[in-house]
Amino acid sequence: MQLQYFLLLGAALFCIGIYGLITSRNAVRVLMSIELMLNAVNINLIGFSNFLDGASIKGQVFAVFVITVAAAEAAVGLSIILSIYRNRNTVDMEQFNLLKW
Amino acid sequence: MNLAEGVQIVSLGLLSVMMLGAALGVVLFENIVYSAFLLGGVFISIAGIYILLNADFVSAAQVLIYVGAVNVLILFAIMLVNKREDFAPVTRQWVRKASTALVCGGLFSLLALMVLRTPWSLPATQTAPASTTLLIGEHFFSDYLLPFELASLLLLMALIGSVMLARREFIPEQTTPEDKQVPLQLPERPRQPIALAGSSSKSWTN
Repeated sequence: MQLQYFLLLGAALFCIGIYGLITSRNAVRVLMSIELMLNAVNINLIGFSNFLDGASIKGQVFAVFVITVAAAEAAVGLSIILSIYRNRNTVDMEQFNLLKW
Repeated sequence: MNLAEGVQIVSLGLLSVMMLGAALGVVLFENIVYSAFLLGGVFISIAGIYILLNADFVSAAQVLIYVGAVNVLILFAIMLVNKREDFAPVTRQWVRKASTALVCGGLFSLLALMVLRTPWSLPATQTAPASTTLLIGEHFFSDYLLPFELASLLLLMALIGSVMLARREFIPEQTTPEDKQVPLQLPERPRQPIALAGSSSKSWTN
Protein backbone atom coordinates (compact mmCIF):
# COMPACT_ATOMS: atom_id res chain seq x y z
CA MET A 1 0.00 0.00 0.00
CA GLN A 2 1.66 3.14 -1.18
CA LEU A 3 0.52 6.68 -1.68
CA GLN A 4 1.28 6.53 -5.39
CA TYR A 5 -1.44 3.94 -6.12
CA PHE A 6 -4.15 6.21 -4.79
CA LEU A 7 -2.78 9.28 -6.55
CA LEU A 8 -2.74 7.37 -9.85
CA LEU A 9 -6.31 6.21 -9.26
CA GLY A 10 -7.40 9.79 -8.63
CA ALA A 11 -5.61 11.01 -11.74
CA ALA A 12 -7.23 8.32 -13.90
CA LEU A 13 -10.69 9.08 -12.56
CA PHE A 14 -10.15 12.81 -13.11
CA CYS A 15 -9.11 12.28 -16.73
CA ILE A 16 -12.14 10.05 -17.39
CA GLY A 17 -14.30 12.81 -15.92
CA ILE A 18 -12.75 15.45 -18.17
CA TYR A 19 -13.29 13.25 -21.23
CA GLY A 20 -16.96 12.77 -20.36
CA LEU A 21 -17.40 16.44 -19.56
CA ILE A 22 -16.17 17.54 -22.97
CA THR A 23 -17.54 14.86 -25.29
CA SER A 24 -21.00 14.06 -23.95
CA ARG A 25 -24.07 15.51 -25.61
CA ASN A 26 -26.62 14.82 -22.88
CA ALA A 27 -26.65 17.49 -20.19
CA VAL A 28 -27.32 15.04 -17.35
CA ARG A 29 -24.23 13.08 -18.32
CA VAL A 30 -22.18 16.26 -18.05
CA LEU A 31 -23.30 16.55 -14.42
CA MET A 32 -22.32 12.92 -13.82
CA SER A 33 -18.85 13.66 -15.19
CA ILE A 34 -18.52 16.60 -12.81
CA GLU A 35 -19.39 14.26 -9.93
CA LEU A 36 -16.65 11.87 -11.12
CA MET A 37 -14.09 14.69 -11.07
CA LEU A 38 -15.11 15.77 -7.56
CA ASN A 39 -14.73 12.18 -6.36
CA ALA A 40 -11.24 12.01 -7.86
CA VAL A 41 -10.31 15.07 -5.81
CA ASN A 42 -11.72 13.38 -2.71
CA ILE A 43 -9.58 10.29 -3.28
CA ASN A 44 -6.51 12.53 -3.45
CA LEU A 45 -7.46 14.38 -0.27
CA ILE A 46 -8.07 11.24 1.76
CA GLY A 47 -4.94 9.55 0.44
CA PHE A 48 -2.77 12.47 1.51
CA SER A 49 -4.62 12.64 4.82
CA ASN A 50 -3.92 8.99 5.53
CA PHE A 51 -0.30 8.86 4.46
CA LEU A 52 1.03 12.29 5.46
CA ASP A 53 -1.22 13.41 8.29
CA GLY A 54 -2.35 10.26 10.02
CA ALA A 55 -2.62 11.73 13.50
CA SER A 56 -4.86 14.74 12.92
CA ILE A 57 -6.94 13.91 9.88
CA LYS A 58 -7.60 17.29 8.33
CA GLY A 59 -7.89 15.92 4.80
CA GLN A 60 -11.01 13.98 5.76
CA VAL A 61 -12.58 17.19 7.06
CA PHE A 62 -11.90 18.80 3.69
CA ALA A 63 -13.36 15.76 1.94
CA VAL A 64 -16.57 16.13 3.94
CA PHE A 65 -16.77 19.78 2.86
CA VAL A 66 -16.22 18.77 -0.76
CA ILE A 67 -19.03 16.21 -0.48
CA THR A 68 -21.34 18.92 0.90
CA VAL A 69 -20.56 21.34 -1.90
CA ALA A 70 -20.95 18.55 -4.48
CA ALA A 71 -24.41 17.71 -3.18
CA ALA A 72 -25.47 21.35 -3.38
CA GLU A 73 -23.99 21.62 -6.87
CA ALA A 74 -25.86 18.53 -8.06
CA ALA A 75 -29.19 19.88 -6.80
CA VAL A 76 -28.77 23.31 -8.38
CA GLY A 77 -27.36 21.90 -11.63
CA LEU A 78 -30.19 19.44 -12.08
CA SER A 79 -32.80 22.12 -11.44
CA ILE A 80 -31.11 24.37 -14.01
CA ILE A 81 -31.17 21.51 -16.54
CA LEU A 82 -34.84 20.92 -15.74
CA SER A 83 -35.80 24.53 -16.33
CA ILE A 84 -33.78 24.68 -19.56
CA TYR A 85 -35.54 21.51 -20.69
CA ARG A 86 -38.93 23.10 -20.00
CA ASN A 87 -38.04 26.09 -22.12
CA ARG A 88 -36.15 24.54 -25.01
CA ASN A 89 -37.58 21.00 -24.98
CA THR A 90 -34.21 19.34 -25.40
CA VAL A 91 -31.19 18.32 -23.35
CA ASP A 92 -28.71 18.46 -26.22
CA MET A 93 -25.61 20.39 -25.19
CA GLU A 94 -25.10 21.56 -28.78
CA GLN A 95 -28.30 23.58 -28.61
CA PHE A 96 -27.57 25.30 -25.31
CA ASN A 97 -25.99 28.30 -26.97
CA LEU A 98 -28.25 30.99 -25.56
CA LEU A 99 -25.38 33.14 -24.37
CA LYS A 100 -23.06 32.45 -27.26
CA TRP A 101 -23.78 35.35 -29.58
CA MET B 1 -7.03 -1.19 9.38
CA ASN B 2 -6.03 -4.60 10.67
CA LEU B 3 -5.91 -6.51 7.42
CA ALA B 4 -2.82 -8.21 6.08
CA GLU B 5 -0.84 -6.50 3.37
CA GLY B 6 -1.77 -8.99 0.66
CA VAL B 7 -5.46 -8.73 1.41
CA GLN B 8 -5.22 -4.95 1.19
CA ILE B 9 -3.43 -5.10 -2.16
CA VAL B 10 -5.94 -7.55 -3.64
CA SER B 11 -8.95 -5.57 -2.45
CA LEU B 12 -7.40 -2.34 -3.72
CA GLY B 13 -6.91 -3.96 -7.12
CA LEU B 14 -10.48 -5.25 -7.24
CA LEU B 15 -11.92 -1.90 -6.15
CA SER B 16 -9.84 0.08 -8.61
CA VAL B 17 -10.77 -2.20 -11.52
CA MET B 18 -14.45 -1.88 -10.53
CA MET B 19 -14.16 1.89 -10.19
CA LEU B 20 -12.35 2.54 -13.47
CA GLY B 21 -14.56 0.13 -15.43
CA ALA B 22 -17.74 1.67 -14.08
CA ALA B 23 -16.42 5.18 -14.71
CA LEU B 24 -15.62 4.30 -18.32
CA GLY B 25 -19.13 2.86 -18.59
CA VAL B 26 -20.62 6.10 -17.24
CA VAL B 27 -18.81 8.07 -19.90
CA LEU B 28 -19.09 5.70 -22.87
CA PHE B 29 -22.55 4.08 -22.65
CA GLU B 30 -25.17 5.34 -25.06
CA ASN B 31 -28.13 4.72 -22.77
CA ILE B 32 -28.09 7.22 -19.94
CA VAL B 33 -29.99 4.98 -17.50
CA TYR B 34 -27.10 2.50 -17.59
CA SER B 35 -24.76 5.39 -16.94
CA ALA B 36 -26.72 6.47 -13.88
CA PHE B 37 -26.69 2.99 -12.35
CA LEU B 38 -22.99 2.56 -13.10
CA LEU B 39 -22.38 5.89 -11.37
CA GLY B 40 -23.73 4.26 -8.20
CA GLY B 41 -21.16 1.48 -8.72
CA VAL B 42 -18.39 4.07 -8.97
CA PHE B 43 -19.51 5.71 -5.72
CA ILE B 44 -19.67 2.40 -3.84
CA SER B 45 -16.19 1.42 -5.05
CA ILE B 46 -14.85 4.78 -3.90
CA ALA B 47 -16.42 4.16 -0.48
CA GLY B 48 -14.49 0.87 -0.32
CA ILE B 49 -11.26 2.69 -1.19
CA TYR B 50 -11.96 5.14 1.65
CA ILE B 51 -12.25 2.21 4.07
CA LEU B 52 -8.85 0.98 2.85
CA LEU B 53 -7.52 4.46 3.67
CA ASN B 54 -8.76 4.34 7.31
CA ALA B 55 -11.53 6.86 6.62
CA ASP B 56 -14.62 5.09 7.87
CA PHE B 57 -16.72 8.18 8.61
CA VAL B 58 -16.14 9.63 5.15
CA SER B 59 -16.91 6.24 3.64
CA ALA B 60 -20.28 6.11 5.38
CA ALA B 61 -20.96 9.70 4.37
CA GLN B 62 -20.05 8.83 0.78
CA VAL B 63 -22.54 5.96 0.69
CA LEU B 64 -25.27 8.03 2.35
CA ILE B 65 -24.86 11.23 0.37
CA TYR B 66 -23.68 10.10 -3.04
CA VAL B 67 -25.44 6.77 -3.48
CA GLY B 68 -28.47 7.71 -1.42
CA ALA B 69 -29.02 11.29 -2.46
CA VAL B 70 -27.07 12.41 -5.52
CA ASN B 71 -27.54 9.24 -7.54
CA VAL B 72 -31.27 9.11 -6.78
CA LEU B 73 -31.50 12.79 -7.71
CA ILE B 74 -29.82 12.08 -11.05
CA LEU B 75 -32.20 9.17 -11.67
CA PHE B 76 -35.16 11.44 -10.94
CA ALA B 77 -33.80 14.02 -13.34
CA ILE B 78 -33.44 11.36 -16.04
CA MET B 79 -37.05 10.31 -15.46
CA LEU B 80 -38.27 13.91 -15.61
CA VAL B 81 -36.34 14.57 -18.81
CA ASN B 82 -37.38 11.25 -20.26
CA LYS B 83 -37.36 11.95 -23.93
CA ARG B 84 -35.94 9.67 -26.54
CA GLU B 85 -34.27 11.96 -28.95
CA ASP B 86 -31.65 11.27 -31.51
CA PHE B 87 -29.20 14.10 -31.40
CA ALA B 88 -28.51 15.79 -34.67
CA PRO B 89 -25.15 14.63 -35.95
CA VAL B 90 -22.36 17.14 -35.75
CA THR B 91 -19.89 17.24 -38.57
CA ARG B 92 -16.54 15.73 -37.73
CA GLN B 93 -17.42 14.60 -34.28
CA TRP B 94 -14.68 11.99 -34.28
CA VAL B 95 -12.13 14.80 -34.47
CA ARG B 96 -13.51 16.20 -31.23
CA LYS B 97 -13.50 12.84 -29.51
CA ALA B 98 -10.04 11.94 -30.71
CA SER B 99 -8.54 15.27 -29.70
CA THR B 100 -10.24 15.14 -26.31
CA ALA B 101 -8.96 11.62 -25.74
CA LEU B 102 -5.49 12.78 -26.73
CA VAL B 103 -5.61 15.70 -24.31
CA CYS B 104 -6.94 13.53 -21.48
CA GLY B 105 -4.34 10.85 -22.09
CA GLY B 106 -1.62 13.48 -22.13
CA LEU B 107 -2.88 14.98 -18.89
CA PHE B 108 -2.97 11.56 -17.27
CA SER B 109 0.55 10.75 -18.41
CA LEU B 110 1.80 14.09 -17.05
CA LEU B 111 0.10 13.48 -13.71
CA ALA B 112 1.41 9.91 -13.54
CA LEU B 113 4.93 11.10 -14.32
CA MET B 114 4.66 13.71 -11.57
CA VAL B 115 3.35 11.17 -9.07
CA LEU B 116 6.01 8.60 -9.86
CA ARG B 117 8.97 10.97 -10.05
CA THR B 118 8.29 12.95 -6.89
CA PRO B 119 10.20 11.66 -3.84
CA TRP B 120 7.40 11.64 -1.28
CA SER B 121 8.80 12.16 2.20
CA LEU B 122 6.36 10.11 4.18
CA PRO B 123 6.63 9.90 7.93
CA ALA B 124 8.03 6.58 8.97
CA THR B 125 5.56 5.58 11.63
CA GLN B 126 1.90 5.84 10.87
CA THR B 127 -0.38 6.05 13.84
CA ALA B 128 -3.97 5.68 12.87
CA PRO B 129 -6.30 7.48 15.30
CA ALA B 130 -8.60 5.39 17.43
CA SER B 131 -11.83 6.98 16.23
CA THR B 132 -11.94 9.14 13.15
CA THR B 133 -15.46 10.29 13.95
CA LEU B 134 -14.33 11.83 17.24
CA LEU B 135 -11.44 13.63 15.55
CA ILE B 136 -13.59 14.94 12.70
CA GLY B 137 -16.16 16.18 15.20
CA GLU B 138 -13.49 17.97 17.19
CA HIS B 139 -12.20 19.61 14.01
CA PHE B 140 -15.70 20.65 13.02
CA PHE B 141 -16.49 22.32 16.30
CA SER B 142 -13.14 23.88 17.09
CA ASP B 143 -10.96 25.05 14.24
CA TYR B 144 -13.31 24.52 11.30
CA LEU B 145 -16.40 26.01 12.92
CA LEU B 146 -16.81 28.86 10.46
CA PRO B 147 -16.61 26.68 7.32
CA PHE B 148 -19.02 24.26 8.98
CA GLU B 149 -21.62 26.98 9.51
CA LEU B 150 -20.99 28.36 6.04
CA ALA B 151 -21.63 24.88 4.63
CA SER B 152 -25.01 24.79 6.33
CA LEU B 153 -25.78 28.22 4.87
CA LEU B 154 -24.71 26.98 1.44
CA LEU B 155 -27.01 23.98 1.72
CA LEU B 156 -29.92 26.23 2.63
CA MET B 157 -29.17 28.51 -0.31
CA ALA B 158 -28.95 25.55 -2.67
CA LEU B 159 -32.26 24.18 -1.38
CA ILE B 160 -34.14 27.44 -1.84
CA GLY B 161 -32.43 28.18 -5.15
CA SER B 162 -33.23 24.82 -6.69
CA VAL B 163 -36.86 25.02 -5.58
CA MET B 164 -37.01 28.52 -7.05
CA LEU B 165 -35.46 27.40 -10.35
CA ALA B 166 -37.36 24.19 -10.89
CA ARG B 167 -40.88 25.01 -9.71
CA ARG B 168 -43.81 25.20 -12.05
CA GLU B 169 -45.56 28.50 -12.29
CA PHE B 170 -49.26 28.07 -11.80
CA ILE B 171 -51.92 30.09 -13.48
CA PRO B 172 -54.33 30.88 -10.64
CA GLU B 173 -57.54 31.88 -12.43
CA GLN B 174 -58.16 29.21 -15.01
CA THR B 175 -61.59 27.70 -14.60
CA THR B 176 -62.63 24.87 -16.82
CA PRO B 177 -66.27 24.26 -17.73
CA GLU B 178 -67.94 21.34 -16.09
CA ASP B 179 -69.05 19.43 -19.16
CA LYS B 180 -65.84 19.72 -21.10
CA GLN B 181 -63.33 16.92 -20.98
CA VAL B 182 -60.34 18.15 -19.08
CA PRO B 183 -57.09 17.15 -20.76
CA LEU B 184 -54.74 15.22 -18.57
CA GLN B 185 -51.95 17.66 -17.90
CA LEU B 186 -50.66 19.62 -15.00
CA PRO B 187 -51.66 23.28 -14.84
CA GLU B 188 -48.61 25.11 -15.94
CA ARG B 189 -47.67 28.30 -17.63
CA PRO B 190 -47.67 27.77 -21.39
CA ARG B 191 -44.25 27.04 -22.68
CA GLN B 192 -42.66 29.95 -24.45
CA PRO B 193 -39.68 29.04 -26.56
CA ILE B 194 -36.98 31.55 -25.92
CA ALA B 195 -34.42 32.72 -28.41
CA LEU B 196 -36.59 32.13 -31.44
CA ALA B 197 -34.93 34.25 -34.07
CA GLY B 198 -34.17 36.93 -31.53
CA SER B 199 -37.75 38.15 -31.11
CA SER B 200 -38.54 36.70 -27.73
CA SER B 201 -37.52 39.53 -25.47
CA LYS B 202 -41.03 40.78 -24.90
CA SER B 203 -42.17 37.53 -23.40
CA TRP B 204 -40.28 38.38 -20.26
CA THR B 205 -41.84 41.80 -19.80
CA ASN B 206 -45.30 40.82 -18.62
